[in-house]
Amino acid sequence: MFRATMKSLLARKLRLLLSGLAVVLGVMFVSGAFVLTDTLGRSFDAVFSDAYSEVDVNVAAKPKVALSEVEGEQVAAPVPASVVDRVKAVPGVTDVRGVVAADGARLIGSNGKVVTSFGPPQLGENWLGESELLKLREGRAPQADDEIVVNVALAEAAKVKVGDRVGVLTLAPKKEFTLVGVFGYSGGRDSVGGVNEVAFTTPVAQQLMLGKPDVFSNVTAQAAGGTTPEALRDEVARALGADYEVKTGKQLADDASASLKEGLSFFNKILLGFAAVALLVGTFLILNTFSIIVAQRTRELALMRAIGASGRQVIGSVVLEAVAVGLIASVLGLAAGIGVGALLAYLFGKLAGGLTLAGLGVPPAAVIGAFAVGLVITVVAALLPALRASRIPPIAAMQDVATPDRPLTKVTVGGSVVTAIGAGLLFLGLGGHAGDNTLATILGGVLFAFIGVALLTPLISRPVVALLGTIFAWSVPGKLGRLNSGRNPRRTAITAAALMVGIALVTGVTVILDSAKGSISALAEDTIKAELVISGAQAGPRPASFDPAVLEKAAAIPGVQLVDGEYGDMATMNGERTWVAASSNVAALERIFGAKANAGDISRLNPDQMLLSSDTAKSRNLSVGSTVTVQLSRGEARTYTVSGIYESSQLTNPVVLPPQAATDFAIPQPIQGFVQLAPGTSVASVQPQVERLLADSPEVSVADRAAFIKQQTSQLDTPLRMIQILLALAIVIAVLGIINTLALSVLERTRELGLLRAIGLRRAQTMRMITVEAVVISIFGALLGVVVGTGLGAAVVRALKDEGITDLVLPWSQMVTFLVLAAIIGVVAAVLPAIRAARINVLGAIAHD
Amino acid sequence: MTATVGRQAQAAARASDVWKVYGSGEAQVIALRGVSAEFERGRFTAIMGPSGSGKSTLMHCLAGLDSVTRGTVMIGDTTVTGLGDAGLTKLRRDKVGFIFQQFNLLPTLTAQENILLPLSIAGRKPDPAWYDTVIDTVGLRERLGHRPAQLSGGQQQRVACARALVSRPEVIFADEPTGNLDSRSGAEVLNFLRNSVREHGQTIVMVTHDPTAAAYADRVVFLADGQIVSELIEPTADTVLDTMKKLDAPAEVGS
Repeated sequence: MFRATMKSLLARKLRLLLSGLAVVLGVMFVSGAFVLTDTLGRSFDAVFSDAYSEVDVNVAAKPKVALSEVEGEQVAAPVPASVVDRVKAVPGVTDVRGVVAADGARLIGSNGKVVTSFGPPQLGENWLGESELLKLREGRAPQADDEIVVNVALAEAAKVKVGDRVGVLTLAPKKEFTLVGVFGYSGGRDSVGGVNEVAFTTPVAQQLMLGKPDVFSNVTAQAAGGTTPEALRDEVARALGADYEVKTGKQLADDASASLKEGLSFFNKILLGFAAVALLVGTFLILNTFSIIVAQRTRELALMRAIGASGRQVIGSVVLEAVAVGLIASVLGLAAGIGVGALLAYLFGKLAGGLTLAGLGVPPAAVIGAFAVGLVITVVAALLPALRASRIPPIAAMQDVATPDRPLTKVTVGGSVVTAIGAGLLFLGLGGHAGDNTLATILGGVLFAFIGVALLTPLISRPVVALLGTIFAWSVPGKLGRLNSGRNPRRTAITAAALMVGIALVTGVTVILDSAKGSISALAEDTIKAELVISGAQAGPRPASFDPAVLEKAAAIPGVQLVDGEYGDMATMNGERTWVAASSNVAALERIFGAKANAGDISRLNPDQMLLSSDTAKSRNLSVGSTVTVQLSRGEARTYTVSGIYESSQLTNPVVLPPQAATDFAIPQPIQGFVQLAPGTSVASVQPQVERLLADSPEVSVADRAAFIKQQTSQLDTPLRMIQILLALAIVIAVLGIINTLALSVLERTRELGLLRAIGLRRAQTMRMITVEAVVISIFGALLGVVVGTGLGAAVVRALKDEGITDLVLPWSQMVTFLVLAAIIGVVAAVLPAIRAARINVLGAIAHD
Repeated sequence: MTATVGRQAQAAARASDVWKVYGSGEAQVIALRGVSAEFERGRFTAIMGPSGSGKSTLMHCLAGLDSVTRGTVMIGDTTVTGLGDAGLTKLRRDKVGFIFQQFNLLPTLTAQENILLPLSIAGRKPDPAWYDTVIDTVGLRERLGHRPAQLSGGQQQRVACARALVSRPEVIFADEPTGNLDSRSGAEVLNFLRNSVREHGQTIVMVTHDPTAAAYADRVVFLADGQIVSELIEPTADTVLDTMKKLDAPAEVGS
């Protein structure tokens, strides 16, 4: 039995390869994700342990506002200079240094643009001299207050060289410095993990990076001979008391690496998500392939039964085949995944500015995941056909049993139930009734909905395929093709369902993002009463900001009526984290953003007062007159009195603080500016004047309102494109499915095709017949996908109504594109099967057993 | 009419008052109307009859491939009627062999692998002496490594015969075994079947509509309209043909 199975498998290499390919792609994503995160993780481990190799003990203050990786950059609280002396007094220490190192030192390159980073920080530091690790490659150390050195990678990215005058943006607006040297790291490295570094003299670094003199970011010390870092850590901690966090270099490296890995695991999850989509589509494909193979082998399987095989043995033989396909696909997928993981790690390293990659790692999770996923998916998909195979009566070996067209009742009832479960789960998830399991509930709902619709597809396929087919029915081959595509509704349905999944997901995501864009821009059009907006595209975790002096100067331009600069920060308010804003001109809240007062006065704000949105006031149970303690990223906690509450809208911030508070923000500079003009003033005359004011703030630019809205909403375009590209993979797998189904159908109908040729169907007509069949199937799939996707998208949009997505925007042109694309896919998928059909030897086909 | 021949030997297969009805209402077709027959051990019986007489249905019911509407079927001392799938599977494994009109060899396996397939499905080892005997009787020793596509029709059917014989079943059912063969290859196969009955005591039940083929049997049972209407012992092609002619006339009147 085993041998018979293996031999029959080998005889059908090609068709199994095609169906296996879907599994290969899915497995590739799974193992690729693990390989990538493992390789990057170990690379960062190496980077951090290296970076902290010269630190035995580190002293830092607890951050004022503790943030997780995804919430933004956490600002370390400054350590007073006196701590350096207190650490020096601890016995067993040597080499105590006060270190300034904070994110946000942005170098302006020779092209006038800021050098950006895609993740690694842009550190502004105090120059502490050369060490084992760090060496000047060129020039000398900074001595005067207007001298800096930078690392080699940054100098190269900015295209600046020693002796140049360069601008640097810090907490302060642009300042000019002379670049007096560049430095690199041991082992010929130009940066550590892609970090950009600008080193100033210590007083300058303290002022520009920490905002005040005589403070440090942290203090480092080495243990003198005979003292272990751990012992020294405990000693220093005892000397300094509970106000400071004292850690060993190793702990620091572990912490840094752990928080980075948290970010990487997010990346991992996205890749696994796409693997899931690929595998779902692949499941349909495998199910179909095995169903067709079982149908074609009816006689063979019946013979097995007739000569004594039990039903279980028949199931076993089909499942065994699936196991073999799954194993081979897993091995290939794992190999491809290692390749993809390595490639992505390489690209990531390049993008992150020269991360030195640790050796390629294949973690056990990648191998286990690959085989588990590949095997389980293939076997599960083959189970149904296997069951069907076991029900073939042995008598089928003796007769030409025409497989009767089984009624679709069971499948339809099942499909309705599964679809209803899916809809129910979606309702629960989207309606916010699922609590902590919302995401899982929604995903489960989508999965059930897909499977349910796939089960209903055979029923839908009859009328729809007949209708689609009439378009092509003007010629004989077209008519034959149409009839062929309607002849096995199950097969047509599953093939189309595979295409449906990919297209439904793309359509759904497009509907949601387009609706979000439409809603935001409609709201912005209606409410923002500013003719000009100053803003910059955010690159990396830090938003673009500009010199606050620009605001006053802009207000002085003739014809300008109102100027408002918006600041923002994560803060803790009465102990809970929240986003807070500060406005340079509180009056703008009503006059530019159209906010309506619910209580109190929202047109003015004293330095000890704050405004709340109605939502915030409600959820925090606050009202006018309440006092609130706010801890910002810098400085001490302060108490404010609520002086006004405004109606919440999509465009309002939860909390507005007076402008004085902005100096304690992580970024004490405005991140957006709004300019309202007096009636009758020409936008074109004011815009260039504001533009000139921004000469020293290269991160931002000024745009009219329409351009600003477009720029804001276009931020959604990038994720949309990414998702579309990755989901295109699901569509590619579906195309494989169409090719596979057609190829098998052609094989199955060899005799019939030969007969048609014998009675005069030309080669070209034969090919046209196959092509029509393919096009009908793929357009049917795309149609289903567009409908299901629109339904899912609309459901999500409806659920997000309260979040401000009020307009349902249907991407009509995209939908038409999908249908046209489907027609092209059909034609492409038909090429090989059609050629095969046209080449059928007429005589041989008729004599075919 | 009931065939009553061969009471002296123990029956290898027996049908008692077997009815087979397909469909219901207006579409109802009665394929077998109370057929009772015994097929003795160690004999070669042919079942003959015009198309639609029910001869294939009778064989399918005897072999447990099809269920009967009424009556009982026994193979050896096993009652086939009422057996579940597991029982039927065991029956096919241990007691029944098949030879088909279309040979039904697995194209991917060699002749030898095809022959040994029933044993390997049942997880049994072939008896080497018997295996050699079978191979020599069918005369395929030279061709054991070939695939079905590399064999002629007659050779393929001999492989199929060897496959049926190798597990020494209680009874072999052959469904038009020569239907797809030219007369010379057909004669070879029939000779071989007759020899396996005479020399090795195999029981064979063969359905055919070819009088020449039926003449190789020890006994011919004639069916018409789902009933046994006649039988011949030690038939020749001529006596078979004569009986057929007699049967044809009333059958046509009846239809």
